[in-house]
Amino acid sequence: MTLKRFFRRARWDDERARELESYVAIETDENIARGMAPRAARLAAIRKLGNRTRVREDIYRMNTIGFLDSAWRDVRYGARLLRLNPGFAIVAILSLALGIGANTAVFELLNALRIRSLPVAHPEQLAEVRVVGDVSAKSGWFSGNHPELTYPLWERIRDRQDAFSDAFAFSSNDFELSEHGESRTAHGAWVSGGFFTTLAVSPAAGRLLADADDGRGCQAPPVAIGYGFWQREFGGSPAAVGRTLTLDGHAHEIAGVMPRSFSGIEVGRGLDVAVPLCAEALSRGPRSALSRQDAWFLGVMGRLKPGWSLARATAHLDALSPSLFKETLPNYPADEAKKYLAFRLAAVPGGTGVSELRDAYESPLWLLLGTAGVVLLIACANLANLMLARATARSREIAVRLALGASRLRIVRQLVAESVLLAALGAAAAALVARVLSRALVASLTTANQPIVVDVAFDWRVFAFVAALAGTACLLFGVAPALRATATGPVAALKAGGRGTIGADGFALRRGLVVAQVALSLVLLVAALMFVRSFRNLATVDAGFAKDDLLIARFGIRRTTASNEQLAAGYAELLDRIRHAPGVVEAARVRNVPIGGSSSDRQVSIDGVERPEAVNYNSVSDRYFSTMGAPLVAGRDFDTRDAAASPRVAIVTQSFARVFFGGRNPIGKTFQIVEAPGKPRPPIEIVGLARDSKYAELREPFQSLMYVPVAQDDLAPGFARLIVRSAVPPSTLSATILALAREAQPSSVVTFRTMEAQIDDSLLRERLVAALSAVFGGLAALIAAVGLYGVLSYMVVRRRNEIGVRLALGADRRDVLRMVMREAGVLLAAGLVIGLIGAVALARMASAILFQLKPTDPATLAVAAAGFALVAIAASVVPAVRAARLEPTEALRQL
Amino acid sequence: MPKRGNQPIQGEMLQGTLDLLVLRTLAAGPAHGHTIAYVIERQSDDVLQVEHGSLYPALHRLEDRGWIASFWGTSENNRKARYYRLTMAGRKQLTEQTNRWDAIVRAVNRVLRPA
Repeated sequence: MTLKRFFRRARWDDERARELESYVAIETDENIARGMAPRAARLAAIRKLGNRTRVREDIYRMNTIGFLDSAWRDVRYGARLLRLNPGFAIVAILSLALGIGANTAVFELLNALRIRSLPVAHPEQLAEVRVVGDVSAKSGWFSGNHPELTYPLWERIRDRQDAFSDAFAFSSNDFELSEHGESRTAHGAWVSGGFFTTLAVSPAAGRLLADADDGRGCQAPPVAIGYGFWQREFGGSPAAVGRTLTLDGHAHEIAGVMPRSFSGIEVGRGLDVAVPLCAEALSRGPRSALSRQDAWFLGVMGRLKPGWSLARATAHLDALSPSLFKETLPNYPADEAKKYLAFRLAAVPGGTGVSELRDAYESPLWLLLGTAGVVLLIACANLANLMLARATARSREIAVRLALGASRLRIVRQLVAESVLLAALGAAAAALVARVLSRALVASLTTANQPIVVDVAFDWRVFAFVAALAGTACLLFGVAPALRATATGPVAALKAGGRGTIGADGFALRRGLVVAQVALSLVLLVAALMFVRSFRNLATVDAGFAKDDLLIARFGIRRTTASNEQLAAGYAELLDRIRHAPGVVEAARVRNVPIGGSSSDRQVSIDGVERPEAVNYNSVSDRYFSTMGAPLVAGRDFDTRDAAASPRVAIVTQSFARVFFGGRNPIGKTFQIVEAPGKPRPPIEIVGLARDSKYAELREPFQSLMYVPVAQDDLAPGFARLIVRSAVPPSTLSATILALAREAQPSSVVTFRTMEAQIDDSLLRERLVAALSAVFGGLAALIAAVGLYGVLSYMVVRRRNEIGVRLALGADRRDVLRMVMREAGVLLAAGLVIGLIGAVALARMASAILFQLKPTDPATLAVAAAGFALVAIAASVVPAVRAARLEPTEALRQL
Repeated sequence: MPKRGNQPIQGEMLQGTLDLLVLRTLAAGPAHGHTIAYVIERQSDDVLQVEHGSLYPALHRLEDRGWIASFWGTSENNRKARYYRLTMAGRKQLTEQTNRWDAIVRAVNRVLRPA
């Protein structure tokens, strides 16, 4: 009622005006009837009515809510002030927009990856089943982004659990869409029949999968496609349902389309196609993981029954565990078997889905959020400084109003209204900045073979975040200066006269703010330098091979009747042809391409003694080492002598020789690979010694590594990885290689990637952190320099008279210059010292993510401090020179 | 023009009283502001000189409380005027306030003229 009246108060006022006018009209009529002249009659009527304006004001006051009304007036007044100072307004809104926008962009990504629940019904009821215990003892074969469980374990969980009303298993897989030529993949997953029913997702078209589609031994079961995939591949046509989709060379009928809001349970990856889990056997053929007890490739989720908590479900799964693991014990060596039997199952929250992206980026994102927060803090300090200066300029006006009886609260409110307006405008601009930034962030995380599907939508959490930031910022830069400005008694302020001084206290606050800004931005600069240098160290680290001019080609052959031997011979022949192709310097086949993220390891036994260390394991063809530009240190390369049936041989690295042979020449020595009980362990003779090389990633130190000939390895027959050293730009070779591959095997599908791109992708996270922290650090330094400039300029204005007197009394202009620069020096030095202490403390915490860099790296600290000092001094020179150039007569006239 | 200074002294006394007089006037039937002012003046034999302007805030207040309702109508001499009429709540209020007024007058009289 009151609010309604409040918003209609203007209409009410209008109504009253009309009513009062009608009174005057009636009274005038009567006066005329009494015999008065019309003019006199009207004047008498108005007199009779009394003060019309006051009546209206009385009624208006009854209708209004005092606080709201004056707040609205304050905001309008603030808006007028900002319009009068467009320069200040633009600087303030821009710095807030950047500060809040950067925070929001990072937060949007964190929100999408970490915080937001899956867009399914009651996500809080979802729980994931995980193995707990010494999970490092899991060994065997791993695949998919979330290799938690094996199929035999899943079968037993499904059949025996009582905690979930519904459960499902899933395993991510990239399905090959193309039947020959260059590869094209769909980012999909094998899902068990209960996937969609458990998640309670309903189709956008057709139907989604059900239990009946997922029968063991199924032949080309129907699949469900994702909404985005439907749009991309079929233009969103309803006719897509019922069409055939070829995945990994097998034809599947499209049963239906997932809804737009649903992009799978792997946050950030998307789900192009969901294929019944039974079809895994079709794609992988004899190497199917469905019956393997040591093939870790499944994640399992369930919907808790009503009344079941995670704790209760965990207790239930824990009770099931012993028999479950006992029945599924893989053929493990004794100590691994012991650990396997001690495994337990547990239920963990599953409502936010699973995400490789999240695991990789969560902590860098929190770090970046912190950094962006500090930038915002510095920007707020700067704005507080500007607001203080403005309040100082208005101190006389404020004093007069206080003296006239305005309450302090009223004036503070008016001053804060301006800040609220700035914060609101800044936040609105920040929302736009964040949209652009978060898209750019997502784009920078996307790599050629892993597009990122995250919805960085502006939801209520983001809105709350922005509002909270803007509110806090406003409090910091608006309220404190307003309180400060009104703290002086009116008498003191009036006495200070037109020079507008708040007194030494206000200035001390401003100097303190500058010191804080310098300190904080130095911390950010040091952090930025550390991350940039750490990234450079990584990018330029010796990988153990020549990284340039290498092209990686992955061949896949589906649906072939050829035997494994024929396939192997085919790859060897293809390799030979590629070696003779124009532009190719050298080529080799390899099991795991270095810095590709994948690695294999084995345990070895030397002189019959099993060694506990895991040894990296790779298999390569002949001429691998010359292809990689890393010639052997001693011994011979693999060659035609090393066939499948020949005596086993290996080439080992220098680290291997150091660890297992005390650094002595290992050539001619033998070792065995520890195999599961019952498998043969033939002796392997070391025939060559290779340089150390990085294997899975650049970040790892050199580890012991053995190479065996591809002919003596149990490689999957369906595909092969070749690595080609090129004399021309590597990407230009792909057409040649594609043609050769088609000639050799018409149904082969080839994926290309340059080593350079592969290394770039492997350093994505480091590059992102380095680039963003450099931007934030630079921004912080810039803002702090502007702050220093502002305070010094203010000091010069404040001490105009003093400087004028000094100059008039014969002081050298250089003395004046020195005086201002001394002030700058004091602020800078204080800030730098505090900043360095903070930087070292922070770097210690971050030392784990630095590569070959100590947190107290003196060079980094010195460069950051010196660089910052340079910028700061440049910012101080302008006001100092201005002070030195003061005309004494002019300065004194204003005394 | 009335002096600002004597407003608060009168206000306190008059506020409730004026409300009562307005309600009483409207008990006879709908009327607009001009009429109400004159009726009060005339019926009190010109003793109660209402400042006509101050009637309007009182009318607004009463309407806001739901004791009277208003509508635009045409006056006797064909002028648009805002008419007020008593609501049910207003009628009840009039009875209550009249009783209270009587009680106060009796009490004050007992103090002023002890028997």
